[in-house]
Amino acid sequence: MRIMAQVCMVMNLDKCIGCHTCSVTCKQTWTNRPGTEYVYFNNVETKPGLGYPARYEDQEQWHGGWTLDRKGRLTLKAGSRLKKLISIFCNPDLPTIEDYHEPYSYDYARLITAPAGTKAPSVSTRSALTGREMNPTWGANWEDDLAGAPARALQDPNIVALPEDAAEKVKLDFESVFMFYLPRICEHCLNPSCVASCPSGAMYKREEDGIVLVDQDRCRGWRFCVSGCPYKKVYFNHRTGKAEKCTFCFPRIEAGLPTVCSETCVGRLRYLGLMLYDADKVLAAAATSDPASLYEAQLEVFLDPDDPAVATEAERQGIPHDWLAAARRSPTYALIARHRVALPLHPEYRTMPMVWYIPPLSPVADVTAAAGYDDAEADNVFAAIDALRIPVEYLANLFTAGDTGPVRSSLRRLAMVRSVMRAHQLGQDPAVHAADVGLTDEAAEDLFRLLAIARYEDRYVVPPAHAEDAGRLLAQHDLSGCSLESEGGPGMGGDGPEREAVPGFHLLDEGSADASVAGRDNRGRLHLRVAENPAPGPFGLAGAGGSA
Amino acid sequence: MNGASGFEIFWWAVIPYVALAIFVIGHVWRYRYDQFGWTTRSTELQEKRWLRWGGPIFHYATFLAIGGHVIGILVPASWTKAIGISEPVYRWFAAAAGTVAVVGVLVGVAILAGRRIFVTRVRATTSPVDWFILILLLVEIVLGFAMTTVVNLLGAGYNYRATVSVWFRSLFAGSPNVHAIASAPVLYQIHVSLAWLIVAAWPFTRLVHAWSAPVWYMWRPFVVYRSRRANRPNEPGTSGRRWRRIGVRY
Ligand code: HEM
Ligand code: SF4
Ligand code: SF4
Repeated sequence: MRIMAQVCMVMNLDKCIGCHTCSVTCKQTWTNRPGTEYVYFNNVETKPGLGYPARYEDQEQWHGGWTLDRKGRLTLKAGSRLKKLISIFCNPDLPTIEDYHEPYSYDYARLITAPAGTKAPSVSTRSALTGREMNPTWGANWEDDLAGAPARALQDPNIVALPEDAAEKVKLDFESVFMFYLPRICEHCLNPSCVASCPSGAMYKREEDGIVLVDQDRCRGWRFCVSGCPYKKVYFNHRTGKAEKCTFCFPRIEAGLPTVCSETCVGRLRYLGLMLYDADKVLAAAATSDPASLYEAQLEVFLDPDDPAVATEAERQGIPHDWLAAARRSPTYALIARHRVALPLHPEYRTMPMVWYIPPLSPVADVTAAAGYDDAEADNVFAAIDALRIPVEYLANLFTAGDTGPVRSSLRRLAMVRSVMRAHQLGQDPAVHAADVGLTDEAAEDLFRLLAIARYEDRYVVPPAHAEDAGRLLAQHDLSGCSLESEGGPGMGGDGPEREAVPGFHLLDEGSADASVAGRDNRGRLHLRVAENPAPGPFGLAGAGGSA
Repeated sequence: MNGASGFEIFWWAVIPYVALAIFVIGHVWRYRYDQFGWTTRSTELQEKRWLRWGGPIFHYATFLAIGGHVIGILVPASWTKAIGISEPVYRWFAAAAGTVAVVGVLVGVAILAGRRIFVTRVRATTSPVDWFILILLLVEIVLGFAMTTVVNLLGAGYNYRATVSVWFRSLFAGSPNVHAIASAPVLYQIHVSLAWLIVAAWPFTRLVHAWSAPVWYMWRPFVVYRSRRANRPNEPGTSGRRWRRIGVRY
């Protein structure tokens, strides 16, 4: 038994209001630089929908994650190592910028500089890649609130994968539609296929907390991690030529603070906590032959921090005492393992993801209510959960490789919590139904506490990294390069250091292509600023549509 | 070296050594100071339809061409003769195989250059160094095509192994045989001169990616773990990785 600790996130989808605050704060923190305009370490998708990049969930198309070979051994879906090296000169599985979106901004200056006239000036869209006018047709939240769903949502891989009779019932007309939001970050997988796909070995999983990072100094731009990740959560910075990914806000986690997306989440639906797991069991679990059993298999990998044997062994293996204490208080352990209401996203990719989701009960409850039932009555909701084959099977395609059992059981528990708490309020006997779904009264209370009223310190149980490691940690912090750090930095009324990397050979690079495309602004940050001069035409002439 | 003019000595004996010195020192310098800039700077994200052909064709043909150069220049003619390969046989083989390689490289580099010129997104990311090295390679390859295909396959042929190769090996023996190269046709002389320019420019361009060919990937464990190593903290304000511009304070 090799015990390792991992920081883990659970999101309660019932509460997500799709406000994108998490995406915005994440972007302002990590990816507001040239080269990362299209990069969203955190993004929020409306489901059903294609997601970002489009249809990323269809691994028959993108070949991300792992699969089992004929002998049942775990291999990368993209093929053998040799195949990768042979196809390194053009990665066949890499999405292109069209699958994400060509980043753009608007030439706002025109509002001020337009000549006086009778018509009000309007601004046009400018590509951040080329500085030219462009016509956006797709983007990170293009499908917000089912925008364009009638035309596109049926191509959602989770709908495509539904059995035919269920697929027929998917309705996109206004009255019977269902939808919910799915906020996504990197899963910081226990068996990360991005790390396994990186030919230079520049990606790694941290032993201490399981955070998966890209070593910017060792990345050589072979871009196989991007295609190797089935969740498409490694991005290619097109200015620096290096891969970048969600960092789980490791500088904050090390300080015992929640990630920026969690901290700023308006719905307060994110939970952070430690999971202890047995690293020796990961590969066997990921190689479970039946995809529908992968959820159970991953649960088997987790260790119970309250088990004295686990605690003793963990301490012997050097896991600090306060970390063990934090693991015992972990809200994620409670939601995932103790109460089994949280489920992994696409366990069939076999990466053993570590950001789990509590499936949304509200769309189900809404339909119950629409059908004229009292949605507070658990029995009605149960009936609806079963009658409503589509959402449950759809959710099962997202969270349990198609097995509706765990989804149904999670939804039932959630309905039961509501029912039990209502009984408490009304002074009725709560235990009547609770036993049906294996939910004790205390468990219902505990779930209620966690899901409804948990405070900051109960939602985020993040033990700080050890003080004695502080000096060493510094070495990993370069990615975060504080803009206040330099003398004369913005905090001191100056310009701050350069933030973005300079492509190519730095000495010769002054005034190069950089100037034509979104260079840094005068505070050293990029806010999707667009070219002052459009890219020159083939022979140095300003290209078509390039008049500024 | 007797009888060689000062210019010849400079051009065929001094420049090569200078280029080699820049090559070696440049790589050490860049590797130490610019790990962050050491990358392929792939543009596949921006454009894939042309790259799908251009990338593999160019690289595979380049490897073939590099192999051909090793055989033609590093292996003395006497060795191939010793194993029973006569000069005409050798030349026909080299010209035919060389033509396959050079046509491949030519097509490849034409596609790559074409997409840099005509695909706006790719053009916008192209820095002056990228242009410099791509055009240099293009010219060098066109010359290579002229020598291999026009002269050796279709034309009268030229036994460069008696001149260019002899001179090249003599450089590494420490006593440059300037006469040998000075008597070679101008076409060959230009090709060789440009080659030294490429060698000298190599460490300062994206070509450094060639040294990072990740062959080791074949054997390493799939999942890499790292623990927080004790490291010296970065110099304040440098983020530890940026190019230290000479004379510029951070
Ligand atoms: C030794 C193994 C090598 C590997 C694995 C390799 C791999 C690559 C990769 C992945 C790219 C980026 C393609 C893209 O996505 O845009 C690239 C670009 C390039 N490579 Fe290599 N390369 C190797 C050797 C070489 C050599 C020996 C040369 C030339 C002498 C070379 C010249 C180039 C050039 C010029 C480009 C830029 C192409 C463009 O204009 O987009 N490479 N290489
Ligand atoms: S979700 Fe994160 S850890 Fe998992 S494969 Fe993708 S990038 Fe790697
Ligand atoms: S901030 Fe919270 S509520 Fe808003 S979109 Fe993000 S996860 Fe949902």
